[in-house]
Amino acid sequence: MHQINQDLKAAAARHRRKNPLKRQEALTGWLFVAPALIGFAIFTAFSMCYSLYISFTDWNILSDPKFVGWQNYVNLFTRDIFFGEYLWNTIYYVLFLVPSVLVISLFFAILLNKTFKGFTSFYRASLFLPSIISTVAIALVWKWLLNSQSGTINGILRWIGISQPPQWLLDAKWAKLSIILMRIWQMSGYYMVMYLTGLQTIPSSLYEAARVDGANKLQQLFFITVPMLSPTTFAIMILLVLEAFNIFEAVMIMTEGSLGTSSLMYYVYRLAFASYRMGYASALAWILFLIILVFTILRFVLKKDEVM
Amino acid sequence: MSNQGTPRLSMRTRRIVSDTCFNFFMMILCIIVIYPVVWAIFSSFKANQQLFSESPLNLIPRPFTTENYAKLMSIYDVQRMVFNGLYLSILIPLLSMLTSSLAAYALARLDFKGRNLVFLLLISTMMIPGYVTLIPNFAIMVKLRLLNSHLALILRSALSGSATSIFLFRQYFLSIPRDLENAAIIDGCSWRGVFFRIILPNSKPAIATVVILSFRETWNAFLWPQLVLQDDKLWTWTLALKVLSEFETNQSVLLAGAVISIVPVLIIYILCQKYFVNSQVNAGFGGI
Repeated sequence: MHQINQDLKAAAARHRRKNPLKRQEALTGWLFVAPALIGFAIFTAFSMCYSLYISFTDWNILSDPKFVGWQNYVNLFTRDIFFGEYLWNTIYYVLFLVPSVLVISLFFAILLNKTFKGFTSFYRASLFLPSIISTVAIALVWKWLLNSQSGTINGILRWIGISQPPQWLLDAKWAKLSIILMRIWQMSGYYMVMYLTGLQTIPSSLYEAARVDGANKLQQLFFITVPMLSPTTFAIMILLVLEAFNIFEAVMIMTEGSLGTSSLMYYVYRLAFASYRMGYASALAWILFLIILVFTILRFVLKKDEVM
Repeated sequence: MSNQGTPRLSMRTRRIVSDTCFNFFMMILCIIVIYPVVWAIFSSFKANQQLFSESPLNLIPRPFTTENYAKLMSIYDVQRMVFNGLYLSILIPLLSMLTSSLAAYALARLDFKGRNLVFLLLISTMMIPGYVTLIPNFAIMVKLRLLNSHLALILRSALSGSATSIFLFRQYFLSIPRDLENAAIIDGCSWRGVFFRIILPNSKPAIATVVILSFRETWNAFLWPQLVLQDDKLWTWTLALKVLSEFETNQSVLLAGAVISIVPVLIIYILCQKYFVNSQVNAGFGGI
């Protein structure tokens, strides 16, 4: 069978140059990718270049863009008092969100991966549920849950005897953490499913061997599960960092960027669509993009070292 | 007999106890996770006073009132906005599914020069954050005079078949045995015929996953609709809710608005749960 396939392939290759059927196939191929490729050309490739150009101009959409060279970038790093602060806020989100979601989603996945009798599919559906809901809607709900006077969370905290619970969204010390809490709740179920897929690829013989050697559950977790999941963790981490960097809707609804919660992404949004400083906003967007790109490339490079 | 019986029984008892503990723990966990959604649905039927005055732990609305929804209707043309949202969230996923699956099929099966480059380009959009292209996309729509028209939404999403969908479809098509197509081609079927009559009908799980995930995305989106739709007759519900949150101070009305945004997705989630939690989608990422 394999031999026949090989022969067929070789014959096809010999045929390719002359065969009109092959030309037909290539033509169909281009025709099939055309819609997606046109969309890519306009809304991604052209738009990327255009955005780079805009970042070197002063433009408020109504008038024509005025070329200002590196001015936007220079201002961003030297004059803008918000840039540093918002960059720090964004890093804060990344530093807290990424590890917590990683650990919690892995924990959920390990819980559900057991072949316990029970309602596993119900549990999985429940834990996944938050990630399907729009951030705008659910942020409105959480804003109220976190209300310092009448919110459910402080209600519970008072009920268990904490008389001075945090003010959450009204307190600069807690505001960022409140948003992080809400995002952890929202995102963990999504990454749990990715971890579940990863867990299913680990051969059970590994655990059996470990058990024979007398490894306990904790050792199995740290010496089999976690290392075997490292490709999944790697993928999740890249997606998570991207998501944490782009945190924006929750900030917009829950605090409107007050009390030290504004992220760089929210700043881009306000610059572009509240102040109509398109050039400056584009410059900031590019800086943000480059930061994420460098991070991602770095992760890939480091990963190569880990594997080899 | 009895010697063997005792440890076996205790093993079983231990198993039952640990199962019960596990299920109990999971129940608590699930209740904590679902509670905000349940709470929102219940509270949207509470009077505003109850939200403020009573103990926040009280879930049941007393008195039960639909005045929040009535108030929403008086502010907005709710039916129309929900309808806009629903029809766009069905049309756009279908179109974008078609774009993605066509491209994915060519990338999986058809042999043409530059195929790998095209694949790389289309997949690279996964790494490009939306906000970099947002302003130019808006400018393009201004140039095309498509502002204030649903076409601005449809065109952008339908043409940019998303990278994730293309990836998922490609994986799926690669798993379909080639014999099917070969037989059809020998019988003189065109590539178009193969794709529409053999491949698509055999890809229902992949189609369902892509359409449902993109339904959720379209229904939940507000940023792009907010930029291109000024006329509130054209708004989707999520956009209306976002604008409402900027001026409405009555919290229970906002909660009712949030519930209207949550319910359609929730219904689809309950009906098509397996496609949401489809491991294939995520397996695609796992392989990076």
